[in-house]
Amino acid sequence: MSDFTSNFWSVFITTITLGGIVGCLLLLWFSGKTKAMTQSDNTTGHVWDEDLREMNNPLPRWWVGLFIITCLFGFAYLYLYPGLGSYEGSLKWTQIGQLDKEMAKGNEQVAPIYAAFAGKSVPELAKDAPAMAIGDRLFMNNCAQCHGSDARGGKGFPDLTDKQWNWGGTPDQIEETITKGRTGMMPPMAAAVGSPEDVRNVANYVLSLSGAPNDSVRANLGRAKFVVCAACHGPDGKGNPALGAPNLTSGVFMHGPAVESHIVAMITNGKTGVMPAWDKKFTPEQIKLLTAYVWGKGGGVAPPAAN
Amino acid sequence: MKTPAPAPDPATDGPVMVSLYAAQKKVYPRSIKGLFASWRWFFVFATQIFYYGMPWVQWGGRQAMLFDLDARRFYIFGLVLYPQDVIYLTAILIISAMLLFLFTAVAGRQWCGYACPQTVYTEIYLWVEKRFEGDRQARMRLDAAPMSLGKLWRKGGKHLVWIAIGLWTGFTFVGYFTPIRELAAHVLAWRLGPWETFWVFFYGFATWGNAGFMREQVCKYMCPYARFQSAMFDKDTLIVTYDAARGEPRGGRSKKADPKALGLGDCIDCTMCVQVCPTGIDIRDGLQYECISCAACIDACDEVMDKVGYPRGLIRYSTERALEQGWGKREILRQVMRPRVLIYSAILAAVAMAFVASLVLRTPFKVDIVRDRATLARIVEGGQIENIYRIQVMNATEQAREFTLSVEGLPGLQLVSDPKVTIDAAGALWVPVRLRLPYDGAKPGSHEIHFRVDSPGVGEVREKSVFMVPR
Repeated sequence: MSDFTSNFWSVFITTITLGGIVGCLLLLWFSGKTKAMTQSDNTTGHVWDEDLREMNNPLPRWWVGLFIITCLFGFAYLYLYPGLGSYEGSLKWTQIGQLDKEMAKGNEQVAPIYAAFAGKSVPELAKDAPAMAIGDRLFMNNCAQCHGSDARGGKGFPDLTDKQWNWGGTPDQIEETITKGRTGMMPPMAAAVGSPEDVRNVANYVLSLSGAPNDSVRANLGRAKFVVCAACHGPDGKGNPALGAPNLTSGVFMHGPAVESHIVAMITNGKTGVMPAWDKKFTPEQIKLLTAYVWGKGGGVAPPAAN
Repeated sequence: MKTPAPAPDPATDGPVMVSLYAAQKKVYPRSIKGLFASWRWFFVFATQIFYYGMPWVQWGGRQAMLFDLDARRFYIFGLVLYPQDVIYLTAILIISAMLLFLFTAVAGRQWCGYACPQTVYTEIYLWVEKRFEGDRQARMRLDAAPMSLGKLWRKGGKHLVWIAIGLWTGFTFVGYFTPIRELAAHVLAWRLGPWETFWVFFYGFATWGNAGFMREQVCKYMCPYARFQSAMFDKDTLIVTYDAARGEPRGGRSKKADPKALGLGDCIDCTMCVQVCPTGIDIRDGLQYECISCAACIDACDEVMDKVGYPRGLIRYSTERALEQGWGKREILRQVMRPRVLIYSAILAAVAMAFVASLVLRTPFKVDIVRDRATLARIVEGGQIENIYRIQVMNATEQAREFTLSVEGLPGLQLVSDPKVTIDAAGALWVPVRLRLPYDGAKPGSHEIHFRVDSPGVGEVREKSVFMVPR
């Protein structure tokens, strides 16, 4: 694999590298054969500035041996590992390969720890202190960046400790959310709702659903126009976890405050929110612990009785 | 300083052609007894009893001195240090450097001659070598002799003991980083980890190579201390010197003859001082950079002077100025209090005091505060403003302890999460913490606040952070 259109740079680097080592060896060979003149008082006979004389302090011969060993090491290294231009090295070593190997080894080392949690249900794990200590570390290192260190979210990122579950709060639904990720899409609905006045009316109706301060006249006018919203949010505004459509009656508004201007902006502009998929980063055992951690944060919905 | 490199033939006084590289001339130091040799053996025992013995000392159910790199905890008796305490290592290094400077300014290369591991292990290896191969003359003869069963046994036996000492040294070294009792069990069960094996053999090999073969070459060509120590020398520094005025002209003589009548000095040219020198120099050529100030030549010369009935001290510890002025001990001592020495002492005392004071006054736990990066602030019920932090509390004691968190800095600022945390012995924990401020409690922007973490009977730590109020 080459990042360049020609192999000029590859040849260039290889030439300089090998040429440098060979040059060192040649220099050693020549300097080994060269003799220098020394006076009987162990100076070289060179005198500068009237009385500065150069002493003859030769390097020890074993030093030459060390230098040759270094050169041989260099050759062996360049043969085994990628160092010469685009040459891959006889070991085919890559950084990615090294990472994969170390990850596999790390997962193998922690496997016995996770094995202890195998067979436990999510509600059981949520009460298991060692499991939750691991869950806490996983959450802090991977999830807290968006959802906050206390899992209470922030503007644009859901609070995981409340009762509002856009995609469902049972263990299975949380596990699916972590594993596959979610894309929540509120399309711009202004045109479908009608005139800007209609949009304001619908916004006030939405506010009234959760008992937030609203203009009751507008809210009543907006009720009829809510049918276009009901397709996703349901006729009663209680949302639909299959679509990730939030419950509008809970009073939880993730993207802004419960005021008319914000709701109008949401209807007019829409919003897309993404929860990334984590199946590449975590093992299934880790995802299960994280599920239990999130579920146990307080807002979890009891699993169906069948489980 | 003179340099006795490959000396050209003195017969031809003209220039000669020599190679750019000097072959190592094997030095066969003759063993010697005497005052200074005894001091050296004292330091050999003192340093090695500490080095080999320390890892086996237990303290409160664990190894007294253990540098656990895996867990990043460093135990020194009752002290538990974290990587954050690296400043203490810096202080120890500064103190060591200043001690070296001070000793060197006052008394020359004392470290080199008595306590340096290179000297100490060479001394031990020479002792083993003498047991197997005999003293200087016997060793030279053995090396010149053709291979025989006897030579094989002597050389082989020597190397077996050398390698054993080297491996034990490597094992001990690794024992400072891995609990040595477990390490010993691993060795006995023949299941040493790959890195443990590597480092045991690495340090074993280094000991064997440096003390067995490289010896004075390390001091002459590799040691950086040896190079910069000359910067601490002055004319009042104690050095091993040959009193040329008294000794010259040197020459052999009958014990009964009067040297004055023969026109001779006190040096009988027995070359004992050269034979005992571990770096293979002739101290009578004056101060040389190879001299490690081990004083073997002083012991040798004193012994000879006693035998021939001359006063001791033809070779002795003296200073350049003392030699010029013909001073005795009292005048040399008077010169010790000079600016260079006083400055080194002052710096040393200051750093040592700061080191001890900060160790004594240190609070045995640490606190790190990290504001959540993504969530600047959020509005919660009642319009209150909430900020989130993660506080890491590191317990540097060996008991589990309870810590109480509190906050100050803004009126009405409240800590709404659990203020009590319990942390295991020598453990560390990240605690998410939420702070709330009433709406309008402060102007928009960032406000300096302080967290306080305290543990009864242990201490209290105050750490700065900021509280963000959104616009």
